[in-house]
Amino acid sequence: MQYHSPSSFNEAVAISNSSSGLVKYLAGGTDVLVQLKIGTKSPDHLIDIKNIPGVKEITLRKDGGYTIGAAVSGAQLTEHKELSKKWPGLVEGMELVGSAQIQSRATLVGNLCNGSPAADSVPGMIAAGASVSIMNSLGTKDVLVEDIPSGPGSTSLENGDLITAINLPKRNDYEGDAYLRFIPRTEMDIAVVGCAVNLSLKNGMITKAKVVLGAVGPKVILAESAADCLVGAKLDGSILSEFSTKCSQIAKPISDKRGSEEFRKDIIGVIAQRAAKKAYDRALGNN
Amino acid sequence: MNKIHVKTNINGDKVEFLADPRETLLDCLRDHIGLTGSKEGCGTGDCGACSCIFDGDLVSSCLVLGVEAEGKSIETIEGMAGEKELHPLQKKFIEMAALQCGFCTPGILIAAKALLDRNNDPTESEVRYWLAGNLCRCTGYDKIIKAVMETAKDIREIA
Repeated sequence: MQYHSPSSFNEAVAISNSSSGLVKYLAGGTDVLVQLKIGTKSPDHLIDIKNIPGVKEITLRKDGGYTIGAAVSGAQLTEHKELSKKWPGLVEGMELVGSAQIQSRATLVGNLCNGSPAADSVPGMIAAGASVSIMNSLGTKDVLVEDIPSGPGSTSLENGDLITAINLPKRNDYEGDAYLRFIPRTEMDIAVVGCAVNLSLKNGMITKAKVVLGAVGPKVILAESAADCLVGAKLDGSILSEFSTKCSQIAKPISDKRGSEEFRKDIIGVIAQRAAKKAYDRALGNN
Repeated sequence: MNKIHVKTNINGDKVEFLADPRETLLDCLRDHIGLTGSKEGCGTGDCGACSCIFDGDLVSSCLVLGVEAEGKSIETIEGMAGEKELHPLQKKFIEMAALQCGFCTPGILIAAKALLDRNNDPTESEVRYWLAGNLCRCTGYDKIIKAVMETAKDIREIA
């Protein structure tokens, strides 16, 4: 294996294009190094992007949204007070990934590229309407995060595609998000189910809703019909139970050691309901 | 294998070594530099026995490549004690018997130090969550948590 440490994205993409065999990009390495160790993926070329300027920065764009560099760690997100205030759901999703040691290194982009349907940070990014900037030999493009996961352990990224940053839209008043997951213990586990909800309100009425279910399908699920039943309503009892049932119906989980299909379908309804309440309360408080 | 010449700083000393790019920082610390205080438990970032401070951040050194250490500054358990005295955490761990076999102890000390450097008044919950990435199969954790809480108290009283 050859190790490369380019100082620009252009250089990284050029190395990728001129290299033969399996090429992997390295950011936090909390998945890549495990794959290397256990031998599931053995790259011929490893391109470390952490020495590229700006890659560990969180910047507020002129349009009011945030751009998060590809190598920004989970700990950096949590420490960023303004971002945590505006996007608590997105930040709490990432914060649930691994230990303090993992948080120092693990990145949103890595969590996305790893392609796990149970990735804790991905539902929050999709609910937020985030996009990723992708660079390859043809140039650069922006793609919605929701279009990246394609199945268990796989993404729609093509060979040589390099995600350079994540872009969050501008946060307006009376908007709020939340992510909740179910695990059988309190820490250091993989989601049995997870749910992110992002809401916009006007006079207490929901005007926009985005609901994303994790770990209940081959990839994260954008639960559009569940989100639709929230729009135009305040978050009261009857709406919540309809919403909960919808989420359970949309979920297409498998049975595995972490939970049976039946249990997951049941519990996603409960978790989704709680996440919706949390997002709603946050939206009310965000003004 | 094409080895890479790495220049880094470990516990305040300039160190150079040759690393195969596949070797982890933990491999390099133990096998090339002879610092065997950091332990390999799982090798996949789950147990925390290899914890060290990498450019100010608490990391599992099994999830860092040795070649990534170029130009960085690393603190390992070997650098924790002063010239003449043990670190307050080390003293307290001995005093309160917060270890049994000791395999996890270097990682736990490093992780606990990283916490107390940031926050010398953590709640018990904060200590437990912070140390969730450090597995101990002997103590049942209680004595470890108590030792960290007591050290924090001592540090606050001195300060």
